[in-house]
Amino acid sequence: MKRVLTGNYAAAYGATAAKVNVVAAYPITPQTTIVEILSEIVANGELNAEFIKVESEHSALAACIGAQSAGARTYTATSSQGLALMHELIHWTARARLPIVMTNVNRALGPGWSIWADATDSVSQRDTGWMQVYCENNQEVYDTTLMAYKISEHADILLPTLVNLDAFFLSHTSQVVDMIDQDRVDAFLPTYAPEYKLDIDNPRSFGSLTSPDHYYEFSYKMHKAHEAAKQIIPEVHAQFAKEFGREYGMTESYRCDDAEYLLVTYGTIAGTTMDAVDRMRDKGIKAGALKIRYFRPFPSEEVRSILKNAIKVGVIDRMISFGHEGAFFTETKAAMYGETVPLYGFIAGLGGRDVSIKDIESMVDKMQAEDPSNLIWIGVKE
Amino acid sequence: MVEIRFHGRGGQGAVKASDVLAMAAFLEGKQVQSFPFFGVERRGAPVTAFTRISDDQIRIHCYIYDPDVLVILDPTLIGAVPLTDGLQPNGKIIINTQRKPEEFDFSGTENPSVYTVDCSSIALKHGLGSEAAPIVNTAILGAVAKATGLVGIDSIAESIMEKIPVKQEKNAEAARESFAQLMG
Amino acid sequence: MTKKDDQKPIVFEGASDMPPMSASQGSMSVNKTASWRSIRPIIHEEKCKSCMICWKFCPEPAIFPTSPPTINYDYCKGCGICIEECPFDAITSEKEGK
Ligand code: SF4
Ligand code: SF4
Repeated sequence: MKRVLTGNYAAAYGATAAKVNVVAAYPITPQTTIVEILSEIVANGELNAEFIKVESEHSALAACIGAQSAGARTYTATSSQGLALMHELIHWTARARLPIVMTNVNRALGPGWSIWADATDSVSQRDTGWMQVYCENNQEVYDTTLMAYKISEHADILLPTLVNLDAFFLSHTSQVVDMIDQDRVDAFLPTYAPEYKLDIDNPRSFGSLTSPDHYYEFSYKMHKAHEAAKQIIPEVHAQFAKEFGREYGMTESYRCDDAEYLLVTYGTIAGTTMDAVDRMRDKGIKAGALKIRYFRPFPSEEVRSILKNAIKVGVIDRMISFGHEGAFFTETKAAMYGETVPLYGFIAGLGGRDVSIKDIESMVDKMQAEDPSNLIWIGVKE
Repeated sequence: MVEIRFHGRGGQGAVKASDVLAMAAFLEGKQVQSFPFFGVERRGAPVTAFTRISDDQIRIHCYIYDPDVLVILDPTLIGAVPLTDGLQPNGKIIINTQRKPEEFDFSGTENPSVYTVDCSSIALKHGLGSEAAPIVNTAILGAVAKATGLVGIDSIAESIMEKIPVKQEKNAEAARESFAQLMG
Repeated sequence: MTKKDDQKPIVFEGASDMPPMSASQGSMSVNKTASWRSIRPIIHEEKCKSCMICWKFCPEPAIFPTSPPTINYDYCKGCGICIEECPFDAITSEKEGK
């Protein structure tokens, strides 16, 4: 059934379709309406879940960890400062190998007041062991939420997923979303039945009881799970496409085959970049766009195979790792190690500053004219 | 793809108007996108909202810089903020005002078609808002439907029934009346 | 120290005239914060018992403990907490004019 939904609704309906058993949340500023919508859905009886109101974002994830350990499928949503407050438990979730799915609305961190789009919040959780996806539109938010549970819960993965969407450009923007009938969702995403859980009939201990001797191996196994995910994610995407007709990849390339100037980016800027590519093509510039969906695990081989034939590559980051450059730029460069294609790093749209088609065209102008020595900031008012 | 930019002041319902228009186009099978300009809200401050309507999937996610249609809910904004910036040649401008289209001078824009309708009076007649602050967002949509042909007035009415929480009938009637009264 | 008369409200042209951190060029005495208020709380003297509960609850704080208390509309953000908390219904809300 098609409906016009904001990104916040798309996320909440995705979690509802996934029939999550437990939702835990705290309304920190800036929280989103996602958990508010879910609390209504639970109160209406449309979703048979336990809605736990807690006293902080840290506790929200703690409650999910407890419930997920007991075998429940859990969900929470947050953004910026709230995600930062969860940090300790974000590590814990992944190391405990709990396949929790959390929505993060990408918002700027204070001070400097902005609750608008910025990916610094989620990128700051890079090394926690969570898988991370970035969505371009509200359909993708809904679909990705469903697929994220299937991927996270896969016995060879057992890792949590952070599903990211841009503040306002998705969270508060209405778009058409095709929602899937519940029986078809149920067939795609069966009830969560973990092999490892707190179970009085089959008792186990969990947590900090293993000795330092084992820590190294657990870390190794976690990394191996990320590597396995690189195989399993495309399989789940293929299954989703077969069932519901919508195709996704860990990356998505647009007019890349013969592209000379390739722009790499993520989130809503990716969609705008594709429209900019069409405009540049009309003017005779062979441009192309590569959208990165998965930041963790990072699809290095895929990125390299698509980019290596370009003449020049630019990476647009809506975040900055201070003292260095944008994080997606760093990853792209690492993936391109040994190739000779010049790579340009662009910073754009921090704190929700709009990134227009003209801004994107100006990046290709700069790639044509300048050497890729310095990080290039788009639209700074000097 | 058609891009529509709404200009109003806080409280007039420009954001809701962009939503209702998008929903009306969706009801006719179109792809749509609607969103407000994201800024700090200030009382009486200019508010901008955007609607995109297309037969194909809408990928672009930035603000609308080169609209095909401008909808001006508050005529006091004319001259106060740069409303017509980027308006496409032969673009359409729909204004809530008692004045006639020929009284407006939009030189600097290429061949715009100007339409006017007194939505404030229509809104008050249907009990929408107060004398000081009539709520004109639904009334203006009748005019938008008529001037642009983008959506039918019945779809606007249906969308109002779905999207507006109170006085739905009155709002729908206001839209129909402005559809009938549009000058231009 | 910047003299009070030299203080400026937060209006920046660009990076070059901004301080290194998120800071204004003057105190809050020049940075009035009430512009986003959409409702205006009004204290009705005849009902007010000067219990000062509103003064305690105002988060800004924009209420001064005079008798009856007075609201500083340069800083009141219109959150309505005082209206909610007054045990004598002595504060009502009025929609801000356009
Ligand atoms: S809470 Fe009410 S009664 Fe008490 S001081 Fe404030 S206005 Fe007066
Ligand atoms: S409305 Fe809020 S900010 Fe204003 S006086 Fe009352 S409590 Fe204080």
